[in-house]
Amino acid sequence: MIRVAKPGLATTVQDLGRFGFAHLGLSPCGAADQISFRLANLLVGNSENSPALEMTLQGATLEFERPAVIAVTGAVCNCKIGSYRMPMFTAVEVPAGGVLQCSNSTGGARFYLAVQGGIDVPLIMDSASTDTRGKFGGFDGRLLRAGDVLRINGRPGMRSRAILPGALDALRRAGPIRVTRGSHSDWFTDETLAKFLESEYRVTEQADRAGLRLAGEPVVPRERRQLLTDGIPLGAVQVPQDGQPIILFVDQQTTGGYPKIANVIAADTHRVGQLRPRDEIHFAEVSIAEAVDVLRAQEQWFKGIWRS
Amino acid sequence: MGMNLIPASDSSILVIFGDEITPVVQKSVHALFHALQAAQDHRIRNLHPGYVSLLVDFDPRAISHDEIAALIQSAKPSPAQDTELQTPAVEIPVCYDSDFGPDQADVATHTGLSISQVIQKHWSASYTVAFLGFTAGFAYLSGMAFELSIPRLATPRRAVAVGSVGIAGNQTGIYPTVTPGGWRLIGRTPRQMFNPRRIQPSPVMPGDRIKFVPIDRREFDRLLLESAG
Repeated sequence: MIRVAKPGLATTVQDLGRFGFAHLGLSPCGAADQISFRLANLLVGNSENSPALEMTLQGATLEFERPAVIAVTGAVCNCKIGSYRMPMFTAVEVPAGGVLQCSNSTGGARFYLAVQGGIDVPLIMDSASTDTRGKFGGFDGRLLRAGDVLRINGRPGMRSRAILPGALDALRRAGPIRVTRGSHSDWFTDETLAKFLESEYRVTEQADRAGLRLAGEPVVPRERRQLLTDGIPLGAVQVPQDGQPIILFVDQQTTGGYPKIANVIAADTHRVGQLRPRDEIHFAEVSIAEAVDVLRAQEQWFKGIWRS
Repeated sequence: MGMNLIPASDSSILVIFGDEITPVVQKSVHALFHALQAAQDHRIRNLHPGYVSLLVDFDPRAISHDEIAALIQSAKPSPAQDTELQTPAVEIPVCYDSDFGPDQADVATHTGLSISQVIQKHWSASYTVAFLGFTAGFAYLSGMAFELSIPRLATPRRAVAVGSVGIAGNQTGIYPTVTPGGWRLIGRTPRQMFNPRRIQPSPVMPGDRIKFVPIDRREFDRLLLESAG
């Protein structure tokens, strides 16, 4: 069992998402940085979809009643077990009574804690993800609070894994967030599309799991038209009336009524999960075929980073 | 009915059936939704019906855009999937007590109708679930009498009570959970509209027909107790 001593800013139980229910209005939810989430689970020997904790900007303090094998991945933070400085991206044993203290993140927004065996929460509509808007899933459908007690699914004979040295350098590559054209790109002139791709945007304080509001060069459709509400893909960049783009994210609504100028490619959504207020970003356009190639290459890379 | 397929992202295709909300267009959206839903293809992750379109979200690691496009083109809705004709309307009891309809008077003033006319026009129409969105289990219903159209509130309420029945523009809907909301409230249903722990989390699906059944306060209280127990 794990007792939450300090919950941090927005700590939730997540998995890789709740799929198959968008037609009932359900967002996928799930980890905002799926690469880091999968790494954490695989490091401790779990399947990659096991329920684990997502922390945002501010780390939690957790007390472990029994010995456990854990891994912390994602944004840069300092974690200590008692006075021991715990390395990130590495499976580590916590002794009985050990207290894990995670600092605020110094680079990136979200970090993940996986525990060998996985966190024991009921699956709601096939997923352990927390839907904070619907108030279900995860731990009681809400952010963790001080005093909460999490149970661990124990299974004997599990073995932790390790990542090859230097293998994660590719993960920290900077550069523009890559996008494909959105469902309503043709609502915008070529000049506006070019302006969107050339401009620098700042992530505003209004950035959470539902969406990230950007500030910068406004982009406005060539004519003011009424959009008939349609489905929102993950990572859609929609443009409300003020012309300031919003990247719609894992807790997004399933439908919306604003034009979508672009869409973040699947291989870069994990980077969106690490954006924090005041970060400056650029977009770069790629074709759908290129986006799929990048995703395939990323999956290949992911398979090849493990020490045998 | 013609379909226009456009790639919306590297993981989704938007299938557009028209640029105006008509019964034929909406039926096509629902027929394709039900046909793909029935196929139970695990490579398709999510289906998002809209007013005139269906967004098909898939795992691009498992299936390509071309393959998905072919699947969509060949998805033949069977007559059994034509739910709008085959299945009876879902009856939703609604209590139009003034306590539950804080905006009844505003709707009456705006439309030039009396409150009882507003209520009568609201429950006597036959509705179709266009799609669910905004929040889990929130059904957007088409088919409201045009005279009842009214813009949403300039300032949304911070918390709308569970089961509230509202009007916005030319649509009506039911709030399944407590959320902020800007629709004009005219009644409330005791029926639970979303429960993630049930096998059928929502009593309605896109394409279903709905009839509102007016009930009095006593019946509302009785049904509320029943659904809680």
